[in-house]
Amino acid sequence: MKTDVLVIGGGPAGMNAAIEAARAGASVILVERQAHLGGQLVKQTHKFFGWAEKGAGTRGIQLAEEWARAVEEHKNITVLLSSEAIGLYDDGAWMIEQEGKLIPVYPKKIIIAVGAQEKTLPIENADIPGVYGAGAIQTMMHVYGVLPGEKYLIVGAGNIGVILAYQLAQAGAEVKAVVDVLPKLGGAYWVHVTKIRRMGIPLYMKHTVIEIKGDQWVESATIAEIDEKFQPIPGTEKELDVDTIAISIGLSPLTDLMYQAGVELIWIPELGGLVPVHSENMRTTKPNIYVAGDASGIEEATTAALEGKIAGAVAAKDLGLTVNDSDIEEWKNELGQLRDAPLLEKLRHGLHKLHEAAKERGLQ
Amino acid sequence: MLPIDGIPTTEDILAKAPPAERMKKGAVAMIECWQEIPCNPCVVSCPTGAITMESLTAIPQIDFDKCIGCALCVAACPGLAILLVDSSKEDGDRVSIPYEFPLPEVGETVDCLNHEGKVICEGVIEKVVHLPAVNKKDKTPIVTIKVPKGYALQVRFFKRR
Ligand SMILES: Cc1cc2nc3c(=O)[nH]c(=O)nc-3n(C[C@H](O)[C@H](O)[C@H](O)COP(=O)(O)OP(=O)(O)OC[C@H]3O[C@@H](n4cnc5c(N)ncnc54)[C@H](O)[C@@H]3O)c2cc1C
Ligand code: SF4
Ligand code: SF4
Repeated sequence: MKTDVLVIGGGPAGMNAAIEAARAGASVILVERQAHLGGQLVKQTHKFFGWAEKGAGTRGIQLAEEWARAVEEHKNITVLLSSEAIGLYDDGAWMIEQEGKLIPVYPKKIIIAVGAQEKTLPIENADIPGVYGAGAIQTMMHVYGVLPGEKYLIVGAGNIGVILAYQLAQAGAEVKAVVDVLPKLGGAYWVHVTKIRRMGIPLYMKHTVIEIKGDQWVESATIAEIDEKFQPIPGTEKELDVDTIAISIGLSPLTDLMYQAGVELIWIPELGGLVPVHSENMRTTKPNIYVAGDASGIEEATTAALEGKIAGAVAAKDLGLTVNDSDIEEWKNELGQLRDAPLLEKLRHGLHKLHEAAKERGLQ
Repeated sequence: MLPIDGIPTTEDILAKAPPAERMKKGAVAMIECWQEIPCNPCVVSCPTGAITMESLTAIPQIDFDKCIGCALCVAACPGLAILLVDSSKEDGDRVSIPYEFPLPEVGETVDCLNHEGKVICEGVIEKVVHLPAVNKKDKTPIVTIKVPKGYALQVRFFKRR
């Protein structure tokens, strides 16, 4: 198959990239490895922050449906579901695997919007049934309508951990504790935390999980307070009667496709670890490859969508199509406003490092 | 403390509370939004212009005299940070909170929880209404609980028995 633009990943970033590239007149193939569009958003039943005029106050899942409709209605976009991009071949083909079948796609421009993966907990027994990533639990709950257990320990009190605690309580489960190694709240919005505190869900800061008991399934988890060197303090252990442990200690960009295609990666912990060097126009060090969304650095759905729009429009522009430069400037401006919040200090620091690296390499 | 464990202090709460005289006149919004986050549905939802904000990331400000207690902002706020407080009645105060759980019955007696999730008094469910969220497609249930006099600034959630 030939196409002007291949978009890999059908989350907020990929859907918006496809829409903008198609709007400028490019032919677009959008591949998504799941059987549905939406990415992480299909699991988000809570209402989003942001501009009311642009969908804030709307539940993530509804935003996903609106974008998916716009993608499906666009005649320039071909959507391939249950299709995974597995890599770039020497002849310039991007190989897509669709239910066992290999489809080579020859694109002029590639936008990588594959999202992120959850970090795992380096502790013994963290691989027994009953220990899951927060994202996996959300998928079971919201996509398949099942709960893996009844009594939960949540490790990590960032936005994802505290939102999961709330969603679990809504689903009728008991959240025995949320623990975090930090001495005080890090990235979590206080309003998300107050929501679970007033329900009586215990939050233990400066705590970690030190032991998971169980053989076939989690039977209990022991938490303990930690000192400045993150070592457990003897005598502070508490054994919790839980059957499920949710890990939400952070995300890191999925970079294997970029790595394989030769995109330069750089270590920026504030953005989630290894991230692709890219400009504000979402161009990478590899001509013709663009990135957007969590795959380019961990942020949010609202920022992922804006980055997707920029990547889609810039890719179209690089193809020689006409795009409205003022649109691109407006999206950059909106990104700037969203990133302006005082609690995003660390993120801004990470982005600064990234933009310096992009400048050094002369990326526009 | 909020920055440490997500529990507001008495000072934090009092700083957001409407004046006692205003609460005696009837239901009024109290905005427990603590942080400068990029968000503004409260401003957009208010029909009287009572809520204002300097920029998208500023903390919302409310003019209690302009507030008519309609609860549209309560339904719109994605942070579930706004509630109505009312001390106009003799038989008890009223708090109205957004409630995204299986709904209680009107007349049901419940245990009332404070910001820490501790049971502090008994309450009775007085009213359940469904108001539109900003996008109008979604509705948020808002539950009004009758609580003992003097508890309007403390009750923030309830537990069914
Ligand atoms: C619990 C939780 C709460 C959140 N709350 C909010 C919130 O309130 N507000 C907010 O703005 N954001 C929120 N987010 C963040 C938001 O969901 C993500 O930032 C956003 O979804 C990132 O979009 P994306 O398009 O970059 O990636 P994703 O949504 O992860 O989409 C990437 C897609 O790419 C697909 N994919 C991956 N690899 C391949 C491949 N090789 N081939 C084909 N397809 C592939 C994946 O299946 C996925 O569908 C939350 C996230 C979580 C987990
Ligand atoms: S209760 Fe109604 S009038 Fe009062 S601030 Fe909220 S939206 Fe405005
Ligand atoms: S809508 Fe709610 S969370 Fe958003 S700024 Fe207003 S009060 Fe704060």
